[in-house]
Amino acid sequence: MIETDIIIIGAGPCGLFTVFEAGLLKLKCHLIDSLPIPGGQCAEIYPKKPIYDIPGYPEVLAGDLVDNLMKQIEPFNPGFTLGEAVEGVEKQEDGSFIVTSSGGTKHKAPVVAIAAGLGVFTPRKPPIENITDFEDKGIDYIIKDPEKFRGKNVVISGGGDSALDWSVFLANDVAKSVSLVHRRSSFRGHPDSVDKVMSLAKEGKINLITDAEVKSLEGGDSLTSVGIKHKTEGEIKVDADYWLPLFGLSPSLGPIAEWGLNISKNSIEVDTFDYSTNVPGIFAIGDINTYPGKLKLILCGFHEATLMVQSAFKIVYPDKKLSFKYTTVLGGIDGFQE
Amino acid sequence: MSDIKIKVIDREGVTHDLDAPTDMNMNLMEVCKAYELPVKGTCGGMAMCASCHCYVESDHELQEASEDEEDMLDQAFFVEDNSRLGCQVFMKPELNGLTVRLAEESE
Repeated sequence: MIETDIIIIGAGPCGLFTVFEAGLLKLKCHLIDSLPIPGGQCAEIYPKKPIYDIPGYPEVLAGDLVDNLMKQIEPFNPGFTLGEAVEGVEKQEDGSFIVTSSGGTKHKAPVVAIAAGLGVFTPRKPPIENITDFEDKGIDYIIKDPEKFRGKNVVISGGGDSALDWSVFLANDVAKSVSLVHRRSSFRGHPDSVDKVMSLAKEGKINLITDAEVKSLEGGDSLTSVGIKHKTEGEIKVDADYWLPLFGLSPSLGPIAEWGLNISKNSIEVDTFDYSTNVPGIFAIGDINTYPGKLKLILCGFHEATLMVQSAFKIVYPDKKLSFKYTTVLGGIDGFQE
Repeated sequence: MSDIKIKVIDREGVTHDLDAPTDMNMNLMEVCKAYELPVKGTCGGMAMCASCHCYVESDHELQEASEDEEDMLDQAFFVEDNSRLGCQVFMKPELNGLTVRLAEESE
């Protein structure tokens, strides 16, 4: 069991900065994020995009902002559970919470701060009507054990690196057949991977079907074939023991939606006094919360985090008096640490 | 008058008549959100999420899709020749009468 003062759900910019503001009040933090790296959207969606509205930075790349935040919070030595999405929360008799994440890791703290942005990044699922019938029965969105595809007919969809790389891997004497289906003839993946796919297609090891899209699924207990719509040739049916739709990741609220919090339009309602939710001890900050006048800006998330930790302090130390100090008065961050 | 009229057909097939300003550099995703139509616009308009995927149903000549937009459409579903990302369609006077249909959402 990991024990800390504040469990922060989401290691995006807002979650990371919470560690800093909490650290100034000598509160310890532990961050949980479903992604394997810190940074949230800044790292996953747009690391190379410049941001222009961070005070003091006329321009900063999203990835650099994350690096700087990591450096800024380093003195406060936060804990991380990365690559695990949060699942459940349990309120304990002593008022604290136990938050469990997908790897089975348990975290205990008197305060939970949800800084989960747009939610947890999960694979995009094609909106095909009977797709859920075949999940884990021929449809995998994430490849965990490539050995299961040995000797099988595999259809892969997508135009990015994961679709290309798995096509190459499985076409090299693993699967019985590999078909790669993509909506256009150019791929956005790494040029090396594209070349490999093209040469394997020439050798007949990859059945490359471009200008096409998987539209229907057939099978009984498990998947047996996919129906592909080709732009010029019409419907094509391809035998498939497995279909791997590899269309990248998109965020959704996930299990947090079931935590008994007041939710409106995929966002958590909070009191702007301290960004507390309707559950005492659970706060929501950054893009995931909503209140009258809310703007989804990193800048606003930083502000919300700063006010939130004041109330968090009173929960962690109900008998202590909080004195606010500027970072300039104690000889820098070192002065806040002992 | 700098507003144009556009039609957005939602996923239930209902047509919404919207007034869109052309002097604010607004894109179609933002216009839809302003009217509270069910368009997420997850990435905020950077052509990085495909949640504003739509089909252009009128004959308007739009600016050709950038490579970034095409790359992102790779991660959308049921992409057709008239598919666009709403966030990359900017409101201009020549788009008066534009008709678009929202694509199915993926979850």
